[in-house]
Amino acid sequence: MSGVFSPTRAKIKERTLRTDKWWLQPLLTFGVLFSFIIYATFRAFENDNYFTEPLISPFYSPCLSEACVPGSTLFGWTPVSAQIFNFALSPALIILIFPLGFRMTCYYYRKAYYRAFWLSPPACAVAEPHETYSGETKAPLILQNAHRWFFYAGLVFNVFLTYDAIISFKSEDGQWGHMSVGSLVLLISSSLLWFYSLSCHTCRHTVGGRLKHFSKHPIRYKLWTWVSILNHKHQQFAWYSLAAVAFADIYVRQVASGAWTNFYFF
Amino acid sequence: MARKLNLRIWRGDSTSGALQDVQVDVNEGEVVLDVIHRVQATQMGDLAVRWNCKAGKCGSCSMEINGKPRLACMTQVAAYPEGETITVTPLRTFPVIKDLVTDVSFNYKKAMEIPAYAPPADLAPGEARMQQVDVERSQEFRKCIECFLCQNVCHVIRDHEENKKSFAGPRFFIRIAELDMHPLDILKNRKKTAQEEHGLGMCNITKCCTEVCPEHIRITDNAIIPMKERVVDVKYDPARWLGSKIRRREGI
Amino acid sequence: MTLERHNYDVLVIGAGGAGLRAAVEAREAGLRVAIICKSLFGKAHTVMAEGGAAASMGNVNDNDNWMVHFRDTMRGGKFLNHYRMAELHAKEAPDRIWELEVWGALFDRTKEGKISQRNFGGHEYPRLAHVGDRTGLELIRTMQQRIVALQQQDGRDFGDMESHIKVFAELTITDILKENGKVSGAYGYWRESGSEVLFEAPAVIIATGGVGKTFKITSNSWEGTGDGHALALKAGANLVDMEFLQFHPTGMVWPPSVRGILVTESVRGEGGVLTNINGERFMFNYIPEVFKKMYADNPEEADRWYTDQDNNRRPPELLPRDEVARAINSEVKAGRGTEHGGVFLDVSKRLSAEVIKKRLPSMWHQFYELAGVDITKEPMEVGPTCHYVMGGVEVEPDTAAAIGVPGLFAAGEVAGGMHGSNRLGGNSLTDLLVFGRRAGAGAAEYVKSSGKNPVSEGAINAAAAKIQAPFDRQGGENSYSLHAELQEITHNLVGIIRTGAELDEAIKKIAEIRKRSANVSVSGGRVFNPGFHLAFDLDNMLLVAESTAKSAIKREESRGGHTRDDFPGMNNKWRQINHISTFDGTQVIVREQALPPLPKELFDLFDVHELEKYMTPEEIAKGGSN
Repeated sequence: MSGVFSPTRAKIKERTLRTDKWWLQPLLTFGVLFSFIIYATFRAFENDNYFTEPLISPFYSPCLSEACVPGSTLFGWTPVSAQIFNFALSPALIILIFPLGFRMTCYYYRKAYYRAFWLSPPACAVAEPHETYSGETKAPLILQNAHRWFFYAGLVFNVFLTYDAIISFKSEDGQWGHMSVGSLVLLISSSLLWFYSLSCHTCRHTVGGRLKHFSKHPIRYKLWTWVSILNHKHQQFAWYSLAAVAFADIYVRQVASGAWTNFYFF
Repeated sequence: MARKLNLRIWRGDSTSGALQDVQVDVNEGEVVLDVIHRVQATQMGDLAVRWNCKAGKCGSCSMEINGKPRLACMTQVAAYPEGETITVTPLRTFPVIKDLVTDVSFNYKKAMEIPAYAPPADLAPGEARMQQVDVERSQEFRKCIECFLCQNVCHVIRDHEENKKSFAGPRFFIRIAELDMHPLDILKNRKKTAQEEHGLGMCNITKCCTEVCPEHIRITDNAIIPMKERVVDVKYDPARWLGSKIRRREGI
Repeated sequence: MTLERHNYDVLVIGAGGAGLRAAVEAREAGLRVAIICKSLFGKAHTVMAEGGAAASMGNVNDNDNWMVHFRDTMRGGKFLNHYRMAELHAKEAPDRIWELEVWGALFDRTKEGKISQRNFGGHEYPRLAHVGDRTGLELIRTMQQRIVALQQQDGRDFGDMESHIKVFAELTITDILKENGKVSGAYGYWRESGSEVLFEAPAVIIATGGVGKTFKITSNSWEGTGDGHALALKAGANLVDMEFLQFHPTGMVWPPSVRGILVTESVRGEGGVLTNINGERFMFNYIPEVFKKMYADNPEEADRWYTDQDNNRRPPELLPRDEVARAINSEVKAGRGTEHGGVFLDVSKRLSAEVIKKRLPSMWHQFYELAGVDITKEPMEVGPTCHYVMGGVEVEPDTAAAIGVPGLFAAGEVAGGMHGSNRLGGNSLTDLLVFGRRAGAGAAEYVKSSGKNPVSEGAINAAAAKIQAPFDRQGGENSYSLHAELQEITHNLVGIIRTGAELDEAIKKIAEIRKRSANVSVSGGRVFNPGFHLAFDLDNMLLVAESTAKSAIKREESRGGHTRDDFPGMNNKWRQINHISTFDGTQVIVREQALPPLPKELFDLFDVHELEKYMTPEEIAKGGSN
């Protein structure tokens, strides 16, 4: 036996002696993340109901495929073919790789899913079920080190989604100066995405964390202190932004399918 | 004032042991270590427990209380509901010696493996000039009282004895980070050796070290993740690697 | 079973600041060194030091220099200090601090990037190098890491990291062994297994720290049981001025389980104010004549001092510790204390919450987690706690060699003389470094000239028999209850205020407990058995308590850490006298010895009118010893 049951350790038969509800947190994490994955998969393959003037779902933006519905593309630019090997490709699939990759390699989500999905460990001081463990030293987990590339990509996507939020301040026939519930939904989701990206550990490292002498780089030090403040709340931003993006997609889907009406304030 | 507390104490040695129930008086404001001392003085004269300052400054009285790694001197009895049995056991990551005392020599061996601070050879005593903002990050890690709760809770070695040889543990990741961020340290390869020799890559940042740190050092966010990012700079980021070859950037 | 034997050039007993600094010095002189710690490596009581390390670097106020520091130290000690120790300390302290920095210590900085220095009681200028309020931790960690650095060097040079310095953790020394009148080694046991160990070494450095556990309310941890004092006494060395104990004015008083734990003096240095239950800032009523010139007599001036130190006098909260401790004691005795028998110390009115958390982080933490008090919003409740023993092993100042025992050295709190009748805050950490280094150098010098001194079988057998004895006794006394009785006696009869009659009673009672302690028996086995450990600690504490009580009854005056209700006030005649304790095998004997007089060059550093307050007219007329 290994771990806490190794021969030299105190002979205690319980895997943990914790008396609190240590299993609750990983269970909730699992529930929420799993539901999101199911929903996102369904939506990625649905390939419908993602666009209605002036709203586009964040799952399908920027829409770069020839398959994109008219009006949803970015200035009409469609460099990606609608089919690969005779297989109809949903525009969402090529997009979701990036935000998903950003979240998969995120230092916060790693904690969350290593605990909730892989039980490594399920909670602190609760023995994990695995016989061996090599952490992030080998493939595929060594690829977690690519987080910064996804961070850069994430920034690009944030620009697109912010653009989407801005153009949502139009009326259904393209007139500026209007605001609907949909514009609010897209504005909130894109703002939270910025908070999520900017509070990220890689961002903190890039803006100043890598420096040895803050005193020689006063501006980057200032940036680093700001990002550090946001970084305290990275976990919260991770969840809020996830929820906001999912809701934005739901909202657009409901409006596009005609189930809901996009209410205009003015 | 005094009430009775049901305490379960693990007693035994490296060959055998069991939880034993005792009833003991507890007064207002007392911590778990007080109660253990009372058991020692009145019922179990040979109960082994390691302690020292009794003020959360030396990090000697590390143990597991209701399954959670804690300092016994900083754990108020009143934090547990009245009537609840409090269970105390030795740390479960290190070899047990007797009762609540474990052999923590693993940590001292690891301490000897981390290359020491390396100031410039020509730095004369009294000549060092460092700005407060440049020392603050390292100062946070120097708050460490070496209670080894982070080492104890880390599943990399808690759950995998065989990893002990290749994994320095959170306490020494903050030591490496402290030196790598020290404004006058000039040793160049700390990032690479952190990954290749001290097992930084084994950490899956599940943050239990941060959760148990009695000094509230943000081990994961401020030391381990920044070190992982610095490792990416020198090992896994081709652009940055190339940049560092072309012009010598600070911090690399 | 064969006895575990080790052979070294130098054996250092104690792994606090002084012991580790001594070990580094001896190793750098090329010797092989063993370091003994009673607890784990790096846990020594040095970690508890909070405020800082006093050294006249002049980083904050460039009027500071070693002479000013020397004057402050002598004043604090009421001129009973060994002048040479105070002189060496003041001169060498800055180098010892800078050296720490070269070894990796990270002190707080000034704007120019130098080591920042803070104000402290009794120091004329901001002088304490510090790291928040955890300076002791920084010092011990730096020393510990310096030892590791040297071990890594030895690993590269000799292929074995422990070839020249080895740390023996959780080991208690029970005897210092001598052959032919000189030190030959030491004997002890592993706390873990209870098995015995012999160290053969021609030089032994005692750096075991203090004696606080002799008292009921103390800031000291379980380790402060006066081991080194007792070992030295039993080895034939002298203890000097054991009547002087420092009661730190501000220990926690509530809840009971943390009673005695230290509240750093930096709280007052940063602007903390002492008030009684009536809200009165009482320290203004307790400024002694000798300090009137330096301390503000009204709150307005005292408050101004925090921003303008050149034109205002210091607040009386920053008087030397003995004065503040006595003042708090008097307030509480006069019925103006809190319900838990303390007074209020408030920093929340002067500083913002962020500043408090930044400058006094561990105090905030300590009160919040142990007492449920948020010091950024509420006052703390504080009262005196036994903190430090000024008395200790009598040594040669330059080499730290114990007088009377060739091969024995002592440094740090266990050594006496440096602080006179009262130690200034901040002088302890630099004392450890200055005299730790000198002890290491002294021992190295001694070993190089004297060579080996093998231990005889007879000495080993005698030491072994002593360790076995408590296990062979059945149904004897319980060491826990004897310890509690001793603490009760010292607390009530040898405490902060003393009288001849009470001291007399204490001496009789201590002798009685000593008799009973010869019959202590231990239950259980040898493996990590705290009852067994306490049996030995108790023996040491009894010797220390006896020495303190017997020295105290002789000194018929009040000075520094010794206050006699029946002899209030200083008496200049007594300033010329040290009390020397020796042990004749059955009891402690105390005799008087003349204090070495100030040489002219040091005498001349003072204003003669100031010296008149401490010295007799004859001494003043002489104007220094040379």
